[in-house]
Amino acid sequence: MKSRTTVERKSERELVVTRTFNGPARIVFEAWTTPKLLKRWWAPKSYGLSFLSCEADVRTGGTYRFVFGHAASEQPMVFFGRYIEVTPHSRVVWTNDEGGEGGAVTTVTFEERGDETLVVMHDLYPSKEALDAAIATGSTGGTGESFEQLDELLITLGESSGRS
Amino acid sequence: MVQYIRTRFDVSFAALSDATRRGVLEQLGRADASITELAERFHMTLTGMKKHVGVLEQAGLVTTEKVGRVRTCKLGLHRLEEEAAWIERYRQLWDARFDELDKVVEELKRKEKVDGRKKAE
Repeated sequence: MKSRTTVERKSERELVVTRTFNGPARIVFEAWTTPKLLKRWWAPKSYGLSFLSCEADVRTGGTYRFVFGHAASEQPMVFFGRYIEVTPHSRVVWTNDEGGEGGAVTTVTFEERGDETLVVMHDLYPSKEALDAAIATGSTGGTGESFEQLDELLITLGESSGRS
Repeated sequence: MVQYIRTRFDVSFAALSDATRRGVLEQLGRADASITELAERFHMTLTGMKKHVGVLEQAGLVTTEKVGRVRTCKLGLHRLEEEAAWIERYRQLWDARFDELDKVVEELKRKEKVDGRKKAE
């Protein structure tokens, strides 16, 4: 089956993720903004991720703080920010503050089309350099495992060949 | 794209299986170097070093750039490849999340139907 999730770098500062869900916008919105439900999908099991805590006060001006554990890492990963706008059933905007000033502002819109809902998630970075840096460091908000492992392997091999 | 990443991974391991190539990576980790410099450092012919650098380049571990008559080698992927690989990983993450979200949406829909029926009764 062809994957239904698309990602595109729309401009020097923007990334856009889209997906269509089989259900009305209010239900997709509910699953996105209710911490108990958000917890069930934001840390996919297939990635070895699990929520250690999930605090989200989903209203305009509210804040969130997600802490993930990963099987391959002792250090938990923390993501936090502020909800700039929460408009029921149609739009949520939040900041991503864990990375300091280079963090993106994410806007997600829920657009009902018949029985389906088109979700468009838009990351706007403060500058081209900020998005380039996110790419260069491999930060995808909780992944990057295989290349990080390769990096580690390179370092280990580098050290051992240096000794020989 | 997934296939591309997987293949790249295999190619990377093959590239790392050789002691000289690991040495070259270590050297390039300290500073960029020309093929000539690397050949001298590892007591090899230019042709031999070109081959090793070629393998590393194919694995995406090294990039080379020719300026005038000198080919300079440095660590890392070509920027475009790096970006394409990153975007694919980002897509896979959201795809996995959204597959789970699909299930939550289905469940909420079912629940709403049941609740609706109860209300109607």
